[in-house]
Amino acid sequence: MTKSMGSDSSTVIERVERGLSRRYRAEKRFRLIGVGAIILSLFFLVILFGDILIKGLPAFSQTQIKITIFFDPERLPLDKLESADFEALVKSGLRSMFPQVRGRRSKRALYKLVSSGAAYELRKRVLHNHDLIGKTKDLWLIADDELDLLLKGDIARVPGGRFNQQQLDWIEKLERDGNLRQRFNLNFFTSGDSRDPELAGVLGSLSGTVLTLMLTFLLSFPIGIGAAVYLEEFLKKGRFSDFLEVNINNLAAVPSIIFGLLGLGVFINFCGLPRSAPLVGGLVLTLMTLPTIIISSRAAIKAVPPSVREAALGLGASRMQTVFHHVIPLAMPGMLTGAIIGMARALGETAPLLMIGMVAFIVDIPKSFNAAATVLPVQIYLWADSPERAFQARTSAAIIILLFFLILMNASAVYLRRKFERRW
Amino acid sequence: MNRIRYSRRTHKQIEYVVKCLLLACALVAVLTTVGIVLSVVFESLHFFAKIPLKDFLFGLKWSPQTAIRADQVGSSGAFGVVPVFTGTLMIALIAMLVSVPIGLMSAIFLAEYASSKVRTVVKPLLEILAGIPTVVYGFFAALTVAPMIRDLGNSLGLEVSSESALVAGLVMGVMIIPFISSITDDVINAVPQALREGSYGLGATRSETIRKVVLPAALPGIASGILLAVSRAVGETMIVVMAAGLSANLTANPLAAVTTVTVQIVTLLVGDQEFDSAKTLAAFALGLLLFIVTLLLNIIALQTVKKYREQYD
Amino acid sequence: MCTTMKKRLDCNSLNPGAASAVSDEGLNDSNRCQTVGEPLLENPRISCREIDVFYGKKQAINSVSLDIGHNEVIAMIGPSGCGKSTFLRCINRMNDTIDSCRVSGSILLDGQDINRPDLDVVLLRARVGMVFQKPNPFPKSIRENVAYGPKIHGLARNKAELEEIVTTSLQRAGLWDEVKDRLDEPGTGLSGGQQQRLCIARTIAVSPEVILMDEPCSALDPIATAKIEDLITELRDKFTIIIVTHSMQQASRISQRTAYFHLGDLVEVSSTSQLFTNPKHKLTEDYITGRFG
Repeated sequence: MTKSMGSDSSTVIERVERGLSRRYRAEKRFRLIGVGAIILSLFFLVILFGDILIKGLPAFSQTQIKITIFFDPERLPLDKLESADFEALVKSGLRSMFPQVRGRRSKRALYKLVSSGAAYELRKRVLHNHDLIGKTKDLWLIADDELDLLLKGDIARVPGGRFNQQQLDWIEKLERDGNLRQRFNLNFFTSGDSRDPELAGVLGSLSGTVLTLMLTFLLSFPIGIGAAVYLEEFLKKGRFSDFLEVNINNLAAVPSIIFGLLGLGVFINFCGLPRSAPLVGGLVLTLMTLPTIIISSRAAIKAVPPSVREAALGLGASRMQTVFHHVIPLAMPGMLTGAIIGMARALGETAPLLMIGMVAFIVDIPKSFNAAATVLPVQIYLWADSPERAFQARTSAAIIILLFFLILMNASAVYLRRKFERRW
Repeated sequence: MNRIRYSRRTHKQIEYVVKCLLLACALVAVLTTVGIVLSVVFESLHFFAKIPLKDFLFGLKWSPQTAIRADQVGSSGAFGVVPVFTGTLMIALIAMLVSVPIGLMSAIFLAEYASSKVRTVVKPLLEILAGIPTVVYGFFAALTVAPMIRDLGNSLGLEVSSESALVAGLVMGVMIIPFISSITDDVINAVPQALREGSYGLGATRSETIRKVVLPAALPGIASGILLAVSRAVGETMIVVMAAGLSANLTANPLAAVTTVTVQIVTLLVGDQEFDSAKTLAAFALGLLLFIVTLLLNIIALQTVKKYREQYD
Repeated sequence: MCTTMKKRLDCNSLNPGAASAVSDEGLNDSNRCQTVGEPLLENPRISCREIDVFYGKKQAINSVSLDIGHNEVIAMIGPSGCGKSTFLRCINRMNDTIDSCRVSGSILLDGQDINRPDLDVVLLRARVGMVFQKPNPFPKSIRENVAYGPKIHGLARNKAELEEIVTTSLQRAGLWDEVKDRLDEPGTGLSGGQQQRLCIARTIAVSPEVILMDEPCSALDPIATAKIEDLITELRDKFTIIIVTHSMQQASRISQRTAYFHLGDLVEVSSTSQLFTNPKHKLTEDYITGRFG
């Protein structure tokens, strides 16, 4: 019954030594795999951000063409100014720059260099200032999206593709004469959606997002806190509390699209609320973020030490007074942090809003909770689906804006947490 | 004396009202669940009145688009959920194949090897991946990864569909990495230090200790984390809507286009709806299926996690 | 001489709060840092010289020198926080796992310095096994628990050999009869005392030369404790055993020599019978007569 390697331990050591180099190699390999996993994850992060930045940043600038516009009084009758043919002004301006262009096809090719938004721009100016009529002005007008892409190098300067030789010559001449420039794309921030990429902006979807999230916050924050206070301070542990707990935990893990079905089935079909409205969007997102807010608020309440409660109760405060005067104020930063994180999630949410019809093409900027609206992530989804190449850059630009707000919210949550972090 | 008693009584009344209000807040969560179940079940019942449950669950063909006109001959469409469900599972599987090894190893490295400096930098960076909206991943999948994979496949002589399961699965996997790694991190930090010391004390190296002691001890927790991740992958919508296909192919080829439950729900419900057509109602039946599957996964996972926590608390 | 001066300096830098708490026990006696008794041996198995251990800036062990002989059981006693466990963990470099911990001095095992940074700790820990305060069986079967060490070190050439190691180790740990029918059940399902004997079996399965035991009975009931004590006495003929214990009775029952630690200092080392009947140092006397601890 002696041990196989005997009590002579030198053989044991020899055996261990024999395996050592193999084991250290395995150790090194394992560690390398770990490093590799981290590097791979970070690589994905860099690629994702890099890709979106590279694609999106050009959309923040916009090509403009300098055109000499004669505000022809004949074309601008004062009584019918609203419906005047401003496009004709742009066209005649272009013709005067390239007088040698003849023939309908050539002319149409020439007109294609300017966006249809140029006419709106003139209309806006004239309606704003009637004195312009009869004058001649050099104006920088918005260029067509494909000319924009060409100048940014996204379309090759070879005839036969999007542009023919004639057009390329004109573009070259415009460049030579200094009649093309790139400016900050303010339009992107001040207008709603459009079928023309160069005219499309995020203001419409941003205001939809603001309306929706405002409603979400106003509903989910008080309800979330109320539920958390009830669960932590007033509910006795038992079957009902277990049931609520399981319920909330499961709700937090239900796919978001199911909440969309809930919104469609209950709010729209059953309650008859309007489709596509921030009202329904806010309600759906409220239900979706509620579990997150309840869970984090409960954690914040739990973190308030019992001594605070005992002190207040000992001074004769009622349970309710203790909670509202002492526990909630102390837990507020934690609850607020949770709410901000919940809002950040709601900000990026897309799927449930598709279900309730916030996916329509909406040009107007929504101004009320009942107006048809869309939100930023849905706008991203819509643009990503658009065939025009110029929408790709705009989608990425909209993503940059979305990520900017997300980072802002998360950073403020982290700031709040740091600032109010207490050592009890 | 009187005044004190009087004021106390109103106080009590106010407190009672407030308490009821608080209870109402807590009940919103229950009502949400009830609302989900009712809205999904109610419409699904209408659907199953038109299409037998058996055909839905076991049918091998899914083509709801043919059912637009009720008076057409053979207009009932095909509502066999099997190809849709297998497509969902395939994409979820690919996502798991990407995220589990990477997430697991990242967490292990951060928890057991990395210095605290590296940890404080890398952990928040990983969390950024989790905070990116899914629509952004969808855009990335459709416009960057899909062409890349297609070109790669073509150069290898493979035929890759422009909306392949592989692309959606890959990108979804990247999205789930931080989810897996944060759960793994929690779980392996809960493994008692005494077990590690026991292993080191016997002369085990770090990787031997991790592979043979820490991971087996953490297995239930990690498994439930993976279940939760699967539930996420199954319910994920935007990535697949943007990067996976619409046609329900019953295939095991990850380079082919497949569709998923969530994609079908979105396509059936976005746009004009008539609430008596089987096509629209089918979306709710799919929703019910999705709800049941994810609920089961979540319950099992949460239960396992709870037991695991109790074991080491 | 130089050593003594260094020791005194270190004494003064000790945590003042802890020192003042027991100052009436004779701490101000400048002799307290000088180890009395017979710390050094001829032909020792392990010889430690001037061991200092720091946790960050806090010094936990204060220039301890001690020899440990072949096939002896040496007990380390002292009030909690006196550094006896920390000292024990130096001998198989378990302190390496704590980031803030620094150990200086020399520890010779069979003439080889094991405190050198380039030492292979895997090899060292195969030679110096350790049993911990709380039984910590792995969440695996009983067989797997015992086979763990031999497996990672590659000690068995085949399955039969491994099985034999498992059987012998369990037999020597006195656990065989209790578990031979359920080797495939989880080790965590055993009772506390059985778990601790399983951990001992796990340790001796690697055939170490030295076994360190860190209060192995503190979590056990008296019957389980008695079994482990018997086991330690039996294991003495094969292994050198260093045991940390908070129980003076246990030390007197199982050890040949006893070392008394106090606030990071090794106060007295003598044969067990002498230390308990005729302590040379006042601190030792105070401790064993139960005046503090």
